[in-house]
Amino acid sequence: MESLLDITGGVLLVAGAVFLLLGGLGLWRMPDLFNRIQAGAKTTTLGTILILAGAAFLHPEWGFKLLLIGIFLLFTNPLSSQVLARAAHRRNIETSPQTSVDMLADAFSQKATSENDLSEKAGSDKDAEEKS
Amino acid sequence: MIEIMPALTLLFAAAMIGAAFVAIRVKQISIAILAAGLVSLLASVMFLFFAAPDVAMTEAAIGSGLTTFLFFFVLGRVRGDKHD
Amino acid sequence: MVESLIAVAAALTGIAFLFALLRFIKGPSTFDRVIAFDVLTVISITFIVLSALIEERGIYLDVALVYALLSFLGVIAIARYLEGRF
Repeated sequence: MESLLDITGGVLLVAGAVFLLLGGLGLWRMPDLFNRIQAGAKTTTLGTILILAGAAFLHPEWGFKLLLIGIFLLFTNPLSSQVLARAAHRRNIETSPQTSVDMLADAFSQKATSENDLSEKAGSDKDAEEKS
Repeated sequence: MIEIMPALTLLFAAAMIGAAFVAIRVKQISIAILAAGLVSLLASVMFLFFAAPDVAMTEAAIGSGLTTFLFFFVLGRVRGDKHD
Repeated sequence: MVESLIAVAAALTGIAFLFALLRFIKGPSTFDRVIAFDVLTVISITFIVLSALIEERGIYLDVALVYALLSFLGVIAIARYLEGRF
């Protein structure tokens, strides 16, 4: 018969493992370097800290070491990902075209085509003026 | 119900083979150093799985930490401003 | 009950490890491989904690402590090299 503490620890372990799985999936599926940094840093930090909390629930006598590992991870993991992102930005890594959102370009092109449909001559003149 | 620890050991052994394959097949030398560090890291975890925590700690400190740091330090000093 | 939950957590973490390893093998640029290396280190810390839970030996956590310190130093050295500041 398990106590409530053991059940809580096991559920925390599985929750942390699910977060780690989501982080790995994001690392594999994301189209861009910076998206991969984002997927790889945050989810692994949260998942590892949940797993350390679950281990502390299962074995309360290991609490101090687990707390120390959690504090180190909480300091070093965002710092290393930030340093990597800065180095990638300084090296001018290209971003994916999916990540830049430009909704007004689509609206402008639709407006231009509708004006062309209404008055072809004036629209074409205006387009010629804008291009020149 | 399969055993957990033999499955994890097999997973880490396959990962070591994959990392060593990357280390010998890649063109850039920085990626080769990184893959060698990954082989050392996975070897350390496998030492731990075979119930030798002191050997695992030494391997993690020397092989994975210090050697990777030293290789990148020397490579940055030797190459000057030309990278990759 | 608790042993099966630990087994489920180890299996899910193993799948995450496999994804990060595939990104390390494939990864087009160097930075992708460095990110995959970082994630693999954190997942290895998780595996060390899980193996300490399975074997019920608290001495294994010292290795996880060494990992949490040294992986950070390695990634900082790689980033400084790639910035060209050595």
